[in-house]
Amino acid sequence: MAKAILVDTSKCIACRGCQVACKQWHGRRAEPTRFQGSYENPLALSAQTWRRVGFIETAGGDGRLRWRFISDACKHCTDASCLAVCPTGALFRRTWGAVDLNQDICNGCRYCVAACPFGIVAFNEESGRVNKCVLCPDRVEAGLEPACVTTCPTDALTFGDRDQLLSQAKRRVAELQAKGEKGAQLYGERELSGLHQLFVLQERPQVYGLPEQPRFAVASVFPSSVTSVLASVVMGVTALVAFRGRGGKGEE
Amino acid sequence: MPGLGTSFGRGAMTNHWIDVKNADAVLIMGSNAAENHPIAFKWVLAAMERGAVLLSVDPRFSRTSALADLYAPLRSGTDIAFLGGMINHVLRNNLFQREYVGEYTNASFLLDPAFGFKDGYFTGWDPEKKTYDRATWKFQVEADGTPKQDGSLRDPHTVFQHLRRHFARYTPEMVERVCGTPKAEFLRVAEAFARTGAPGKAGTIMYAMGWTQHSKATQLIRTAAILQMLLGNIGVAGGGVNALRGLSNVQGSTDMALLFHILPGYLGMPTRKDHPTLAAYLEKETPKTGYWVNKPKFFVSLLRAWYGEAATKDNEFAYQYLPKNSANYSYMDLFEAMYAGKLKGFIVTGQNPAVSGPNSTLERKALEKLEWLVVRELFETETAAFWKGPGVDPAKVQTEVFLLPSSTHLEREGSYTNSGRWLQWKWKAADPPGDARSDGWFANQLALRLKALYAGSRAPTDRAFLALTWDYGKEEPDLEKVLAEVNGYTVADRKPVKSFAFLADDGSTACGNWIYSGVFPAEGQNRAKSRKADPPESLGINAGWAFSWPVNRRILYNRASADPRGKPWNQEKALIWWDAEAELPDGKKGKWVGVDVPDFRPDLAPDAKGGGNPFIMRPDGKGGIFAPLAEGPLPEHYEPVESPVKNLLSNVQANPMAVIYKADLDKLGDPKEFPIVATTYRLTEHQHTGSITRNLPWLVEMMPNLFCEMSRELAEEKGIRNGAPVIVRSARGEVRAIAAVTGRFKPFKLGDRVVHEVGIPWHWGFMGLAKGDSANMLTPHVGDANTRIQESKAFLVDVRKA
Amino acid sequence: MSLTRRDFLKGAGTGAGLAAAVDLAPAEVAAQELKTKGAKEVPSICYYCAVGCGIVASVADGKVVAIQGDPAHPINRGALCSKAQAYIQVLDHPQRLTKALYRAPGAGEWQEKPLDWAMAEIAQRIRSTRDATFKEAEDGVTVNRTEAIAALGSAIIANEECYLLTKLMRGLGVVWLEHQARI
Repeated sequence: MAKAILVDTSKCIACRGCQVACKQWHGRRAEPTRFQGSYENPLALSAQTWRRVGFIETAGGDGRLRWRFISDACKHCTDASCLAVCPTGALFRRTWGAVDLNQDICNGCRYCVAACPFGIVAFNEESGRVNKCVLCPDRVEAGLEPACVTTCPTDALTFGDRDQLLSQAKRRVAELQAKGEKGAQLYGERELSGLHQLFVLQERPQVYGLPEQPRFAVASVFPSSVTSVLASVVMGVTALVAFRGRGGKGEE
Repeated sequence: MPGLGTSFGRGAMTNHWIDVKNADAVLIMGSNAAENHPIAFKWVLAAMERGAVLLSVDPRFSRTSALADLYAPLRSGTDIAFLGGMINHVLRNNLFQREYVGEYTNASFLLDPAFGFKDGYFTGWDPEKKTYDRATWKFQVEADGTPKQDGSLRDPHTVFQHLRRHFARYTPEMVERVCGTPKAEFLRVAEAFARTGAPGKAGTIMYAMGWTQHSKATQLIRTAAILQMLLGNIGVAGGGVNALRGLSNVQGSTDMALLFHILPGYLGMPTRKDHPTLAAYLEKETPKTGYWVNKPKFFVSLLRAWYGEAATKDNEFAYQYLPKNSANYSYMDLFEAMYAGKLKGFIVTGQNPAVSGPNSTLERKALEKLEWLVVRELFETETAAFWKGPGVDPAKVQTEVFLLPSSTHLEREGSYTNSGRWLQWKWKAADPPGDARSDGWFANQLALRLKALYAGSRAPTDRAFLALTWDYGKEEPDLEKVLAEVNGYTVADRKPVKSFAFLADDGSTACGNWIYSGVFPAEGQNRAKSRKADPPESLGINAGWAFSWPVNRRILYNRASADPRGKPWNQEKALIWWDAEAELPDGKKGKWVGVDVPDFRPDLAPDAKGGGNPFIMRPDGKGGIFAPLAEGPLPEHYEPVESPVKNLLSNVQANPMAVIYKADLDKLGDPKEFPIVATTYRLTEHQHTGSITRNLPWLVEMMPNLFCEMSRELAEEKGIRNGAPVIVRSARGEVRAIAAVTGRFKPFKLGDRVVHEVGIPWHWGFMGLAKGDSANMLTPHVGDANTRIQESKAFLVDVRKA
Repeated sequence: MSLTRRDFLKGAGTGAGLAAAVDLAPAEVAAQELKTKGAKEVPSICYYCAVGCGIVASVADGKVVAIQGDPAHPINRGALCSKAQAYIQVLDHPQRLTKALYRAPGAGEWQEKPLDWAMAEIAQRIRSTRDATFKEAEDGVTVNRTEAIAALGSAIIANEECYLLTKLMRGLGVVWLEHQARI
């Protein structure tokens, strides 16, 4: 049964419990930041920041000020470009939908970084490998929710069967629209054949920095000639062998 | 919290966190719950899911406002005008709950015909002495001493008619001109909240430091209390005036009287002037009616707990061993005295006044005048390191400083009392590192060492200290033994008392804090450890989880949740009701039953004398719409001590009883030089002075720097870019911050005048991982007339590009 | 240029050669073991605001390995905000104080001291200041106090600890006794 996280932006209070719960559970480090005029920080997802909350000031059609919050992380796409371009199998899909990452065999080729239509997969200069949200498979397979979901006080994040979350999201969108939230919409049902992180948005996706029509972006990663593709594969394998030679230690 | 205490009888959150879900309307004002009490917002959203409307009133659009159905801006320091406008709206449109107001409050009481209000002053103002003679602030009385009443509420001398006249000036137009809240937006909020005046409907008000840090804060909270009484929202599920307290155990530390004016359980600290003897103390402090008639039992039991066998009938139960106050020893007075060189030693445990204190430049200078200072902390704080702060030459500072490492809350046990009055035990998870110890250890060790130093002394000055009972073990004290003493026991057999109802004034019982009595009702039974939760779909009383003072009551004044006949106003949210058939142990019939512990005598029938008086801690049992405080018996709007505008409601500019300190560093700003209103606040990502959170990389990553929020209009006027450095300056000092230029702050239009406001979080200081200037370098030593809490939510600054 | 997944798998794109090298089918790989597995779960209450959220500290070999919301707690039901989630960073923090520090008059640096020495010195300071300034009576009324020592208690320590501090300070005759509740 496919699982997913539903992010209901209309319930988010931007306490950022999710942002830090992820850091705690996965032992991610803090990044150097500077206040640049918005509460948002760090400004982008990275190898150390797998989930973060965006703060968006916007004026709706009625001119009324809105402050929108979005807890954002890897979308675990069904058509996952990152996974498709990964030459080593480091990125792989779990039976319940998560796009997981086996650090031990990542060769640091960064095809996935270029391929991700959301700009989420990130390269870690220190370890020479990539990193992203893996949907807490250790927790999920032990019957728990992902760390970010457990810590959310307002049920802005929920975890469960994707089908059920879809109906839940649709009900919520209808509710919001009935309340006059004309921009309320569901994101992720069909995008890239279905995301495993769904969103109830209150504005158009762009307002939150989400592409209106994310593309499966494999071809844009690779050079057009088959030779170079093959070369890439060879390169990948070489890198993999070289890496295994180092003993394949964990990232940190 | 005298604003609540004066109105209802107890100075504490009336309801509790989960109960917020039972509200039909939630007004968050003077609080930014989503940011400062994020988990509590779970229950705000739960209420909204059941159809409640969320109203946010705040100078700036906050994370709370982002989720609100309605948001209304108001200029900092004008909350009484706004709430007064709501009271006027409710009265003019007859939206109040008539039966509740008539039966449960003092609205029907007749006031002394000489009482009145004119030109900004209540009767009795003495312009020479700058204080009030309260002679006329009283009720007319019957021959038996009870207040005269007019149940029709029509007599012009009734509290109700005074209230109506008093707030008639607070029109929506006046609210707009004073607060800067557009009339339509004010009315939308007033209308939405006033709907809870229908019987059976409930509205809750959630407030925090946004209301307490003003020169008329106590009256501000009184205004909310009056509004809630008019709407019948006190004592009911989903109602209340709920003080959201900001630190894990600030309710408990207040209950335990780490304050100059009280002893544990809100017993007044004896004063030299009024209480030379125990008899004088009990005579003066014990009211003739209401539950406080039992005060002698609580006070004598406290003396017995502290002085043991040395407390006897013949020596006033060692009353004379207690210190007596001769002055106001409150927080700002403390630092003023220190600055004046009157203090020699200072012990600070788990607090960082060099950042949290108003006018922190003065407070840091004051530390230089000490002979010795003891600080207990997890990290090196600004208070501990004041001698190497900005602009300080250590060589010139003669203060000796001892900095002791403290354990974290996970490395020690004990109970915390949350804002909803729940005592929850916490268990120790790990050992502290190195020489880090708990504060219990510190108090215990210090007491044992001092006892050893004074042992054998025959000096009369040492008698009291040597008599102080102290037997909690050698190193880490046995905290359950402490809790058992707090709970109280019968002296003869040292068996715990079941509740404060079993305390006596003859020395046969001992009790460290009567309001906590019942938490340890039997040997080995610590109710702070109770962990049985109610099912989620219930009302959320959770009587089996933790222990709620007093006697496990969850919703204070819950007699008012039922109508005068004892039937719940709202059956679905019923708390207690009168069951005429229920049998009592003595065979008689009739008692109060329900899901909560009645805050009432359980066998007092609704039709008996006093059977309709829900506010048992007040002498007359009625809610205090009229209730005297330093600056009057009804709230009135005055401008903050520092304000850019003239008071439009009267010619009295600021609270005439506000406390303004006058040392050389206590400067006040001229609005010509400092035309911008400023306020301070907290962020989700940091706690208070940041002494812990500014050291934690994950939190620093999210909120690294001090910033100053301002409107786009002000930024444009001053040529300030978003994200660029700015200087914020007040009469006390200046800070460097990063500009956060935002649409969430708007200039206030007051008639034809535009007033700007800026906001600054107060978490930063010169130590730690994330350093920055402290916002309290800007705030004044100006205090509320009743509590002397500082006015740091509304003061004046100027802003410029750095 | 971009392709749909279907195009890609059909080999219509230039990455055709790659498709064979990559397995897009879900993998049956056992997830890592929970880091809290086998740890002792100690219930506590959050240190920060006064909501009173339940937290659970997972303790292995005497060390806290995770802090999570207590799912059984009726107020927070497992939830925690960012501050509470970050609290674990306090425990092993490199800058955390673990030794008593002493700063002599006029000195520019701290000196590390034994805890026992510091406590003995503090007790001595309290005694000498108290003895030098103690006032037994004022205007003929017993007042039993010193106005030269002040104490600030704390709103972040347990009730029992607050009670001991209050009792000790009042017992010594300290009248300048305050804490965060008034600020």
